[in-house]
Amino acid sequence: MRYSAFAIVREALRGNRHWAPVWREPEPKPAYDIIIVGGGGHGLATAYYLAKEHGYANVAVLEKGYLGSGNVGRNTTIVRSNYLLPGNLPFYEWSMKLWEGLERDINYNAMVSQRGVLNLYHSDAQRDAFARRGNAMRLHGVDAELLGRDEVRRLVPFLDFENGRFPIQGGLRQPRGGTVRHDAVAWGYARAADRRGVDLIQNCEVTGLTIEAGRIVGVETTRGAIRAKKVGVAVAGSSSRVAAMAGLRLPIESHVLQAFASEALKPLIDTVVTFGAGHFYISQSDKGGLVFGGDIDGYNSYAWRGNLPIIEDVMECAMAIWPGLGRLRVLRHWGGLMDMSMDGSPIIDRTPIHGLFLNAGWCYGGFKATPASGWCFAHLIATGEPHPHAAAYRLDRFATGAVIDEKGAGAQPNLH
Amino acid sequence: MRIPCPHCGERDVQEFSYLGDAGVVRPEGSDASIAAMHDYVHLRDNPAGPHRELWYHAAGCHAWLVVTRDTRTHAILSAESARAAGLARRVAVGAGEA
Repeated sequence: MRYSAFAIVREALRGNRHWAPVWREPEPKPAYDIIIVGGGGHGLATAYYLAKEHGYANVAVLEKGYLGSGNVGRNTTIVRSNYLLPGNLPFYEWSMKLWEGLERDINYNAMVSQRGVLNLYHSDAQRDAFARRGNAMRLHGVDAELLGRDEVRRLVPFLDFENGRFPIQGGLRQPRGGTVRHDAVAWGYARAADRRGVDLIQNCEVTGLTIEAGRIVGVETTRGAIRAKKVGVAVAGSSSRVAAMAGLRLPIESHVLQAFASEALKPLIDTVVTFGAGHFYISQSDKGGLVFGGDIDGYNSYAWRGNLPIIEDVMECAMAIWPGLGRLRVLRHWGGLMDMSMDGSPIIDRTPIHGLFLNAGWCYGGFKATPASGWCFAHLIATGEPHPHAAAYRLDRFATGAVIDEKGAGAQPNLH
Repeated sequence: MRIPCPHCGERDVQEFSYLGDAGVVRPEGSDASIAAMHDYVHLRDNPAGPHRELWYHAAGCHAWLVVTRDTRTHAILSAESARAAGLARRVAVGAGEA
């Protein structure tokens, strides 16, 4: 059923008894042309673009839990393309463009809200660094504006501009950035892929990769063996575990990142704000809760939950820029598993196993990349060649030295 | 999460900083191959389960520790001095001349 205002009225007049399930729940077939491992945002987007852009219908997405049960539903919903380096900027800007047309494309309300992303700066040196970043963005056709203190004050007057340690001097703003309803991205891509014939198979954990003479020929799952000509792995957080099934070691550590939501408030902040003197980002969901987060915990983890020191650190950051938050109650917090790569940038590439493709290493920036990740991964799987926008995201860049290290932190995953 | 430092006793994780996998070994000598250095600098097992890892007791005895921790539960299974662990490994591989 195509969704529209007309459909809402029609179904309301029919007593809302005729809404169809949003997607099928098929049994796995014995074989597919392409299997995507991982039914999160990136995997579902990949399946959708394989069907839409490359004409593949005989595709399955295998998900060990339920669709969207991983990081696509655990992030802080921020989208932006305010990167610095040439390998990253065209990719994330392509993602931003896909966000801008997403809802019309997949006929699903993902609540794309271009409310702007404002990165605060707190020193002269940081202003210079942000000016450089803003210039790099504009040279790549991305919108960016460097704001002084008075301009920032007009946007968000409630921040602590006179903070003794971290006075706000201004900010770098990307007006086209914003937020997107994260669960709706998973559901929307799932529905759109299903409508094009993709089989979405839930509660189906891949337990082994079947490789014959250096070529992938299928997967073992908790619902039986399934053959496939090509397999794409999009399981960020668990990439090392799936890669190990093919005997591969990756330049990745899994870390836990926590996020937080407050009790619901009336409209309070109409943009995304990030703190420049610590690691902290905050926005307000349409339900009214403030959604915010900070650093990863900093040690290898598959526990899906973090520890108290980072919670304290995030709250300290919140109080440093916005003391008014001190009276607010945190409603809930949660953790997700991040593929922390050795240079802080992702991998979309072939592997040494013929027909096995890898989409991994998203650190804690994978949500904003969902459309472009799916687009470029589908292109790679369909054509065998990297998409030009993702051509720098090679698996061998660590061996060749062509790393993409936005922070210049080196091969230390918990510093990215 | 609390780490039982062999010198200071059980202390809060905030006193420590984390480096990573304790199992990686820097290839000896300046004639190590690029592949061996790439393996050492970049590639990790990243297991879900017991993980031997290096922690530095920055707000305590300033010792490097090898902590074995289950990455699925954060349970600390053991903690020993990295120096003792390194010497033991050196004896085990017979690298006394290095």
